Formats: sequence, C-alpha cells, structure tokens
Amino acid sequence: MILFISSQHPEPQSPINERFGRCEWLMKYDSKTGQWTEHQNPGAAQSGGAGVAAAQFVIDHKADAVISGAFGPNAAGAFRAGNIAMKLFGSEVSTVEQAAEYCLQDKLESFK
Amino acid sequence: MRIAVTSGKGGTGKTTVATSLALSLAGEYDVAFIDCDVEAPNAHIFLQPILTEQQDAVILIPKIDAKVCTLCGKCVEVCQFHALAKIGSSILTFPQLCHGCGSCTWNCPVGAITEVPNPIGVLESGTTPEGIPFSHGVLKISEPMATPIIRQLKRKALSPDDTLTILDSPPGASCSVVETLRGMDFALLVTEPTPFGLHDLKQITGILEEFNIPAGVVINRDGIGDNQTDDFLARQNIPVLMRIPFSLEIAAGLSAGTPLIKIDPALRQDFLNVYAQAAQIVAAAKGGK
Repeated sequence: MILFISSQHPEPQSPINERFGRCEWLMKYDSKTGQWTEHQNPGAAQSGGAGVAAAQFVIDHKADAVISGAFGPNAAGAFRAGNIAMKLFGSEVSTVEQAAEYCLQDKLESFK
Repeated sequence: MRIAVTSGKGGTGKTTVATSLALSLAGEYDVAFIDCDVEAPNAHIFLQPILTEQQDAVILIPKIDAKVCTLCGKCVEVCQFHALAKIGSSILTFPQLCHGCGSCTWNCPVGAITEVPNPIGVLESGTTPEGIPFSHGVLKISEPMATPIIRQLKRKALSPDDTLTILDSPPGASCSVVETLRGMDFALLVTEPTPFGLHDLKQITGILEEFNIPAGVVINRDGIGDNQTDDFLARQNIPVLMRIPFSLEIAAGLSAGTPLIKIDPALRQDFLNVYAQAAQIVAAAKGGK
C-alpha cells in the first residue's frame, strides 16, 4: 500500500501538516518495503490550483491513500475520480509516522 | 480620455469620487461611466442608471472528447492554472480554475479538445437620468475570477474614440486592478491619510510606474491620520488634486445613497478642477513622449 501524508518537514518524525494543497512536503510510505521517501509538494508554490497540482502528483505516484487535515473541493474531486482513499488525521495523530501507523490499522476517518 | 479611479486600500472612497466626478462633468462634457468592480459593483446605487441591455460574460473552457483523446497528458502539462488533471483513464477539467487561455486546445496533438462557453457573470448597460452611458459587470457568486469579465466589460463599453470615460476600479492592487488600469490615460488615486491608506497607495503607485500612467490624488477623510501621505506624495511628485473633509454629514449622506456632490454641491467646482488638472497632466505627459 502506498500512502502520501502532508508534512511540515522532509522526515517521518515531522509534525503533520494540516493543509493538503499547500503543505511544504509530501511524505510517501510504501508499506510493502517499509520505505519512506520525501517529495517537495509541487502545489505549494502555485498561485492557483495548488490542490489539483498536489493531487496530480500523488495520483501519478500511484498512491492508494492520502492523509491530511482536510481536502479542498478540487483536490477531493481529483482523488474521487482516481479512486484514491482520503483519510483525515483526526485528533490523536501528531507526526507523519503516526499517521501511517494509524492508517494501516484502519483507525483514521475517511474524508467525505 | 480614460480616467481610472483607484486606491489600493478598500473603502477609501473610490466610488464616491468616481460617481461625483462623472456627475460634475456630465453637464459640460460627454462622459461615460464603467464600474469595473465586478465583485461588488455599487456605482449604480449613486448613479441610478436604467439598465436596458444585458449579456452573459463567458470564458471558453475545454471540453474533451474521450473517444479522440489518447491520454497523452500534453494538455495537463501546458495548463499553467492546473485546470486539468489526468486521472486514470480520463482527463478531468476544473472550470473554476480555467482562465480560458486556450493553451490546451492549441497543444492537443489529436484535436480532442473543443472550447465551450462557461458563463461567469453578466455585463449590463444603460443610461443614467443625466444621460451618462453606464456599464458594469457582475461576477456570478461562487465564480472566483474577476479578470476575464473586466476585460470583456472594457472591450464592450470603452468607445474606440477619445470619449471621456470614468472607470471605477476594484480595490486592492492585484490582477483585477491591473486589468482595469490597462490602457488608461490617467489614474485618480483616492486615499485616506492613514498608515493603512499609505501602505496600499504605495503598491498602486508601483503599478502605475510600470504602466507609465500619470496620476493625481484625492485625499478623502482629510483631517484624520497623519502627514505621512502628504510627505510621500511630495517626494514622489504626485500632485494632490482635491481634499474631501472628514465629515459626519458626508458619511450620513453617502450611507443613504446620496452622491457626494448632492450632499455638498459646492464640491462640484472642485471636481471640475480635478478634471482640468488631470487633462493638463495627461497633455503634458503625451507631449513629453
């Protein structure tokens, strides 16, 4: 399973970033290999359409699920079309690592 | 001659000045009025035009023929506004992000894209009781982009000759203001003598420098704030053409929808002077070019 998590810094121990389209970093976790990779969010510096740019990036990386604090209407539309699960951090998760752990244990709520 | 009334800061009195300038000039000149503040048009409240014409303002957005599309992704790649995304076996369009530039259509190698009109607002026009031709645009609620409708409004309402036209600009110093200022002969800046007014005024004077548009200033609510605005204008060599006092009577009248020169008819002469000075500045600038 490939997860993408919006993050403040390029490391798994980083605090989560509540924003999706304009988060600085997108952390990718591959649960098969246990490997983390950090990606600069291509949406962060856009003057408009940040959510779509970030979503396109995540979709191109064949994600199965994406975890953030919230999703804008454009990003959400793209993920729905791409059949990618949108999960919310909720109140207990504070780091990117934790978010992946909670997601794999199916403890995160879905964004609707 | 085309005069844009603009400010930087919102609520400094752009519409107050623009409408009373037009009303003051109406008796002596052929003057037209365009309200370019399409997100919150309000000049009609003071000018009371009878609106007789209405047409949709549209932008052309891409429509993709899935049977022809090869999913090459070229359209997504060339879109600067992320109005297209390639997801699985389809291209998704986001009409509210589209600026209608046509790059996707132009670059599609297989001709799978046609452009269809997407209405984003309306353009309305008519005449005021004084005979001033009046036009404004109204952006549809939930539509985020003001620039295309301002462009279409100006294309439709600006006469190709040198008719004296007053344009009421949107507030701020972003795209919609830049679009309004494009092609103007003169900018009448309305400010209030406060640090907030000055901060935003500086942004506008920066834009005007880029455009090489001469400017003059109306200081509204004169008597509040401090001297920083006057000092700045003196340093920049931008003339103050008029001062409107801070007065409860004026505020009450404007709140009731009464044009400034009907609240204080003596100000009509000041507005005529503003225009005379503006015309002089424009003539000097054109002669110098």
